[in-house]
Amino acid sequence: MNINNDKTKYKFLEDVAIADIAFEAYGKNLNELFENAALAIFELSAELETIDAVKKEEFELENEKLDNLLYDFLSEILFLKDSKYMVFKHVHATIKENKKYKLKAVLEGDKINPEVQHLENDIKAVTMHMFEVKKEKNQWKATVVVDI
Amino acid sequence: MRLVTTNLTYKEVQPKLRELVDTMFKTVPSGVGSRGFVDANKSQFREIMTDGSKWCVNNGYGWQEDLERTEGYGRIDWAKPEKVSQKAIDRGMNQLGTLGSGNHYLEIQIVKAENIFDEGLAKKFGINEAEQVVVMVHCGSRGFGHQIGTDYLRIFEGVMKKYNIEVYDRELACAPFQSNEGQDYYKAMACAANMAFANRQVILHRIREGFSKVFKTEAEKLEMHMVYDVAHNIAKLEEHIIDGHKKKLVVHRKGSTRAFPPHHPELAKLYKETGQPVIIGGSMETGSFLLVGTQKAMDETFGSTAHGSGRTMSRAAAKHQVRGEQLQKDMEKRGIYVKATSMPGLAEEAGFAYKNINDVINAVAEAGISKPVVGLKPVGNIKG
Repeated sequence: MNINNDKTKYKFLEDVAIADIAFEAYGKNLNELFENAALAIFELSAELETIDAVKKEEFELENEKLDNLLYDFLSEILFLKDSKYMVFKHVHATIKENKKYKLKAVLEGDKINPEVQHLENDIKAVTMHMFEVKKEKNQWKATVVVDI
Repeated sequence: MRLVTTNLTYKEVQPKLRELVDTMFKTVPSGVGSRGFVDANKSQFREIMTDGSKWCVNNGYGWQEDLERTEGYGRIDWAKPEKVSQKAIDRGMNQLGTLGSGNHYLEIQIVKAENIFDEGLAKKFGINEAEQVVVMVHCGSRGFGHQIGTDYLRIFEGVMKKYNIEVYDRELACAPFQSNEGQDYYKAMACAANMAFANRQVILHRIREGFSKVFKTEAEKLEMHMVYDVAHNIAKLEEHIIDGHKKKLVVHRKGSTRAFPPHHPELAKLYKETGQPVIIGGSMETGSFLLVGTQKAMDETFGSTAHGSGRTMSRAAAKHQVRGEQLQKDMEKRGIYVKATSMPGLAEEAGFAYKNINDVINAVAEAGISKPVVGLKPVGNIKG
C-alpha cells in the first residue's frame, strides 16, 4: 500500500463514500491541482514505487468549464489504463485560459505488468457525485469520488 | 450475476479445491488492466454489442440452453452500436472474459443441508442434494459500460438546461426518455448490457473448461448447467399495473435485481411455473442466496428485489481493520481458499465490511418480494 505522507497534495476522505472512494486534491494553482488529482488516481491504481517511468503519454483537452475539464482529464487516465494498458507515476499538467480552458498533459509510467507492479484498484469511473472544483483563499481544491 | 451447478459434492471437490481456484485464477483474468482471452476484432465486437450471449454460444463459448437461463435470453434487441463512442469500444474490446476488481468475484460454493429452504424449487433449479458444489460469478460490462456512462453523463449535463431539469447530485444527470439524447443512451446502454451478458457467458465457458480439466471429465458429464444469469444494473421498458391500468414504464434496477413471478410473459418456458431464479450475493466470507421471484414483487416493487448484502463500512475503514494477507490466512483456516490480485483490495472486501446477509434475506423474505430457495456457503474465491 502507498503511504502518502504529503497530505498537502491530496487526501482520501474515509467517511464520505462507503462503496466508492472519495478524495480531495489541492494546488496553489490549477496546474498543481490537476497534477495532484491525477496522483491520487495513480496511487489508487498501484503502488507507485513499483512502477518505472519509462513510457510517456501526452494529450490535450479543452473545455469552457474548469470542473468538466478536470472530469475529462481524470477520465482520460482511466481510458489509457484500459485501452493502452498503462499505469502512471508522474504527471505534468499545463492549463491555459483563453475563453476556454486548455490543458496539456504529459503522463509518465509503464505498461501494466502484474509480475513487477503491485496493482490495486481497477477504478471503473470518475463520478459526478459531489464533484467540485473551487478556490478557497489562496488554494484550489477539488473533490472527487471514483467508482471502484 | 450468474450461478452454475455441478453434480460434484464438496467431498469430491475439497481435495482439488486449490487446483481449481488456481486454474481459474489464471484462465479468468482479474484486476487492473487485465486482458480477456476472447480476441474479438472490431466487427466481432460490434456483434457482441448487439447479440450478447447469443454471439458467445454461436462462437463456441457456451451451450444453447444457457440462453433461456439468462435474463432476456442474454440479448437486448434495442442495442445500437452507432450510439457507442470509439473510446468505449477501445476501452472494452479486449476486456471480454475478465472479472474486474472491487466487489467482483468468481466463487465456488456449497449447499449445506440446513440451507435448503424449498426442496422442490431447489430441485427444479438444479440443486439436488446437500453438499452439492455450485459456482457463482459477479461481474459486468467492465470499462466498456463505464465509458458509456461517462460519455452520456457529460452529454446529459449539457442538455439538462434545455429540458428544464435540475438534480441535487450531478451524478443523477439525465434527459427525458423520449428525447434524442435519452433514446441514444438507452440504445448505448443496451450495448453495455449485452457486453456484460457476453462477459459472464465466456467466463462460464472458462469455468466449465477449468472443472473439466481438473476433474478430467467433460463439463456435460459434470452437469454444469446454468441456473440463471440476472443483471444488477439495467434500465428496461416493462409493462406494469398502475392504479389498475397496464402502463409501459422504464424500470431502472440499480442496487436491485429482477424478481419476476411464475407465469410472467418475459420468462422462458423452463421457469414459467417456478418463477424467475434470483441470485443475491453476500460477502466472500458469509455466503450468497438463491431465491425466486414472487407476485408480491410484481405488485409492490415493480418486479424487483435486493441484489446483494451491501457495504456498511468504507473501503478505507476496512483496510484499517485487517490486512489482506492476514484475512487470506484466516479464511483458509475456516475452509475458504481465496486468491486475489490485490491484497489491499482483498481487505476492502472483508465480511465485516458488509451487512449481515441473513438480515438482508430475512428482510426481502418478510417483505415477500422474493422467496429463499437455497443458501450457498463459499469455499473458494477469486477476487480482482
